[in-house]
Amino acid sequence: MKILVCMSVVPDTTTQIRFKPDMNSLETSGIQWIINPWDELALTRALEIREQPDSGVTQVSVIHIGLKDADPVIQKALAVGADSAYRVNVAAAGAMEVACQLSEVVKKEHFDLVIAGHDSADYNGSAVGEMLAELLDWISFSSICSLAAAKDSITIEREMDTRTETIIAHPPCVITIQKGIAKDPRIPSLRGIMGARSKPLLQLEPIPCAGSAAFVKFENPAQRSKCRMIDPAKPEELVELLRNEANV
Amino acid sequence: MSVLIYASHDGGKFPKSVLELASYAFALANKTGGQVTALVTGNPVGPELDKLGKSGVSKILLTPEPMGPAFDNRAYAALLASAAQASGASCVLFSDGAISRAVAPRVAVRLQAGYAAGVMGLPESIEPFRIRRSVFTGKAYGFVEITSPVKVMILARNSWQIAETPVACTIENFIPGITAPEAGFEVVKVEEQTGAIRLQDAEVVVSGGRGLKSGDNWKILEDLAGSLGAAMACSRPVADEGWRPHQEHVGQTGKVIAPNLYFACGISGAIQHIGGISSSRVIVAINKDPEAPIFQFARFGIVGDLFQVLPALTQAIKKLKSE
Repeated sequence: MKILVCMSVVPDTTTQIRFKPDMNSLETSGIQWIINPWDELALTRALEIREQPDSGVTQVSVIHIGLKDADPVIQKALAVGADSAYRVNVAAAGAMEVACQLSEVVKKEHFDLVIAGHDSADYNGSAVGEMLAELLDWISFSSICSLAAAKDSITIEREMDTRTETIIAHPPCVITIQKGIAKDPRIPSLRGIMGARSKPLLQLEPIPCAGSAAFVKFENPAQRSKCRMIDPAKPEELVELLRNEANV
Repeated sequence: MSVLIYASHDGGKFPKSVLELASYAFALANKTGGQVTALVTGNPVGPELDKLGKSGVSKILLTPEPMGPAFDNRAYAALLASAAQASGASCVLFSDGAISRAVAPRVAVRLQAGYAAGVMGLPESIEPFRIRRSVFTGKAYGFVEITSPVKVMILARNSWQIAETPVACTIENFIPGITAPEAGFEVVKVEEQTGAIRLQDAEVVVSGGRGLKSGDNWKILEDLAGSLGAAMACSRPVADEGWRPHQEHVGQTGKVIAPNLYFACGISGAIQHIGGISSSRVIVAINKDPEAPIFQFARFGIVGDLFQVLPALTQAIKKLKSE
């Protein structure tokens, strides 16, 4: 089984988000870029599975749709253990364009299982995995919180709105994962960092992909009003305020 | 513009998020000169269906569940796309939830439609179609321009007030011209969530952080939640330590929620946590550190010892409720 982990590159989650003066795009100066946290968990779990002798996983690759400045972050994925990486060299405007580029690589390189984070910490599209599955005409499973593999099948747990299901599925398929799939992301070792340099990071040229949704401007949230402090010895005061002033 | 909504239900009852969606759809259709159609699967009883008409739905398309007990997003996507075409909808709307997130992007591909999730408020303009949504997990907003004739969108939770806008509502049986896909998977176990109030639907959420010092100290939080009929949540360190299950983690990498009232107890308010709760209507912070960043986001704050403040607060709430 060949696994492809889709990877978006996002600002570190502690970043204060600022936009350029015209409010049309993100102010990227000073931003530390990281692997999207869910994608990092997906990669962690994929690597854990590959290390199990009977999992049948022969390859774990990562893919990113974006420009060259993402390469240092992609290198990190190689340093923690991914076998190879792909980067399709295009600044995609939206989820549809990203899914379209991904589908081309998945078909050409014959991947069996594609894993994506259920959301991206930047533009929160939460759509790429499902769009990709639809383009490939593959089955897909979303909100996955556990994954195991055995030769030609996978066992997953899916958290739906009111229930959790345990499912046995047969790739090819796409799964989108959420928290719980793996505990802690791996930290690259020095040996891993050195080894990553000799692993393939293939730059691919994009195919024509049209989308019809794009951001045109941004705004920062309004300042919240000041916090009203309440004497810890008078909790009833808080209860009154909540009932009368906040209508709750 | 004609609008199709997917009116999902829990065992025959429409959740609040679907009635919010119907009200939003009515406002959008009204603004642009069109009507609202709702697709309903399975068989909710009449009085439940009436609720949709009261919220502005002119037509209900009633259809059998596309699959048996196993949820297959391909089948739902085919059904929704088929209903969108049959009703001539130029906008397909979903309420937020795991099922919508699994189905809506596929519907967008099928209808060659522009897609936006986490949509808040009516479009800023119709021509071109510009809509506001949250980005960077609530840390900012972005305006998406959708240029395709059909739009597929997911409405953000708790972002629209339910309004009484009764219209004449007809019910039609809808038989989609689709064939069920081959399953290719098997559901071997199902655990229904029962009893506990679901975090993402909760009006009131009580959340604990590292300030509670140990998972064994959660009783005071549970008592507070019990007195309010609230759902329980926690910060990331608490879930990482295994004090509480990861399903309760709210924040940038956990669940993103928008209750009416959120209690942050012993939570300092790291920016990642704020991302998950910033759409809450009222935030109450209780923390022993007066400098904790959570107080910059809270409407009401108490600086004090959780182990004294929380039980006293629970008592005060119980007292008020018994009056």
